[in-house]
Amino acid sequence: MSEIPALIEAALPGSVVAQFEHRGELTVEIDASAVRQVAAYIKAPPLAFALLSDVTCADFPDEPGRFRVAYHLFSLESGARLRLRSWAGAENPELPSVASVWATANWHEREVYDMFGVRFTDHPDLSRILMPVDWEGHPLRRDYPLGGEEVIFTDEV
Amino acid sequence: MDQAPPDIPRGETDRMIAEVEAFTPAEALARVREAESRDAERPGHREPMIVNLGPQHPSTHGVLRLITQLDGEIIRDIHPVIGYLHTGIEKQCENKTYWQAITLVTRMDYLAPFYNIHAYTQAAEKLLDLRVPPRAQYLRVIMSELNRISSHLVWLGTSGLELGAITIFFYSYREREKALDLFEMIAGERMNTRYFQVGGCADDMPPGFEKRLRALLDELPARIDEYEDLLSQNPIWLERTKGVGILPAEQLIDLGVTGPALRAAGVDLDLRKRTPYSSYEHFEFDVPLGTTGDAYDRYSVRMRELRESVKIIEQALDGLPEGPHIADDRKVVLPPRAELATSMESLIHHFKLVTEGFTVPEGEAYVAVESPRGELGCYLVSDGGPKPYRCHVRDPSFVNLQALRPMAKNAYLADLITMIGSLDNVMGGVDR
Repeated sequence: MSEIPALIEAALPGSVVAQFEHRGELTVEIDASAVRQVAAYIKAPPLAFALLSDVTCADFPDEPGRFRVAYHLFSLESGARLRLRSWAGAENPELPSVASVWATANWHEREVYDMFGVRFTDHPDLSRILMPVDWEGHPLRRDYPLGGEEVIFTDEV
Repeated sequence: MDQAPPDIPRGETDRMIAEVEAFTPAEALARVREAESRDAERPGHREPMIVNLGPQHPSTHGVLRLITQLDGEIIRDIHPVIGYLHTGIEKQCENKTYWQAITLVTRMDYLAPFYNIHAYTQAAEKLLDLRVPPRAQYLRVIMSELNRISSHLVWLGTSGLELGAITIFFYSYREREKALDLFEMIAGERMNTRYFQVGGCADDMPPGFEKRLRALLDELPARIDEYEDLLSQNPIWLERTKGVGILPAEQLIDLGVTGPALRAAGVDLDLRKRTPYSSYEHFEFDVPLGTTGDAYDRYSVRMRELRESVKIIEQALDGLPEGPHIADDRKVVLPPRAELATSMESLIHHFKLVTEGFTVPEGEAYVAVESPRGELGCYLVSDGGPKPYRCHVRDPSFVNLQALRPMAKNAYLADLITMIGSLDNVMGGVDR
């Protein structure tokens, strides 16, 4: 297995919760409170994952952490990919924003907030992004029904 | 629910939307008067004027809405508002079997349907640990590169049209039409095809396809010369694109920008070269790079990419391996049509695959391809069932559009049109 999880753990003790390698993809699970520190560490050399490809989330209602947020990273030097994962929590889903580390996280985190209701602390602009501003609920949650959405008609102009 | 009341906007974008929506024309006028009186009190100060552009605006490549703060002709700040084309494809994919979901993901970035499916099918193949036969990989390369040509031609025609170079539109669409005819010939549809299947391609090349494709390839280099004759030395085109929309390469990387917009700034990142997939390592081609990263460089990078794509397709046709066009795994791939009449087993497999779909082992995979706009990635999470537990597409249009705000700050409003055009965002991909 790669030395990356050990490097992260050495630099920030207690941050790595678990690590997996599946189908050649390395996943490092990070403690929710350490997300921003880990992000800042892996963006800088020696790991130098300068490009944050994607931030997204998957909803597991039966898990204690419920919302599993995944960060996909790409290294311009080596072409290596790395996935960071963190659980946001079921009751009050919240994670530190990494928008101050990678500017691109801004819209990705807005999308995760919009679709799953995971709030990112210290995010510069935590607004809905794809759904209308007055939309209720978060559509990509597993308990959000598919179809039958209300169409809002109004006589007010 | 953790909803804040709708009348309390939380983020910056929420506040900007409230700014342009929460008042009637009379109130808007009153606000302008108020701003003017504030200006009068403070000599030398000018309040920015807030102007809403779009979502229905002919130059925004779809339904993009921009709330701009203007100081005369100069943009002080800009807030893109997206989501007008949101169709909930990711949610719908969770309720379709893996092979049904292909018809949905292909509709995300509607100018690059082959790339959407390519990322999706590769992610599914990775989870299934399924090997795609070499011939299928070459067919995928041929169709992907033909799609790159058709997508770049749409970009060329429309962004020329927006800047007043109307002629180029008719020229580039003439060749795009021929590419779409080839899509129809091989896949049955001109757009939104589902030609790539999990395991390979739906069918082999039909008779006569190669001949028509080669005729187009022979014609294209001269056609690309023609486009360049129309634009590359055109003083108005140069005036409108040179020096417009420049961001430093480090900032572009920080913003996650990929594809021609990043390569125009001199960063050599092409996933076909850096992390080759689908046999791209077999082909010789160059990665065109720019120097300054302005709109003209993006134009020039895309024009050279057209020529490289022609080279790749020619090599793929010449070296097309013999063999099956799809993997021979009856648990995943539909059996050949002819077998259904003679083999009971094939009929059972066919029935099971169409009604239940195939199951994918538990796990997660992220696969990225180099689309005409940059890194198009698909993140699949499987719970071991026949439907994707989560299917997310990282669309380059969505990410690249974020660069518009820093790019447009303190630029002229007229140059905004050039910037939107040169980023080549497809709103279907942005909103998904």
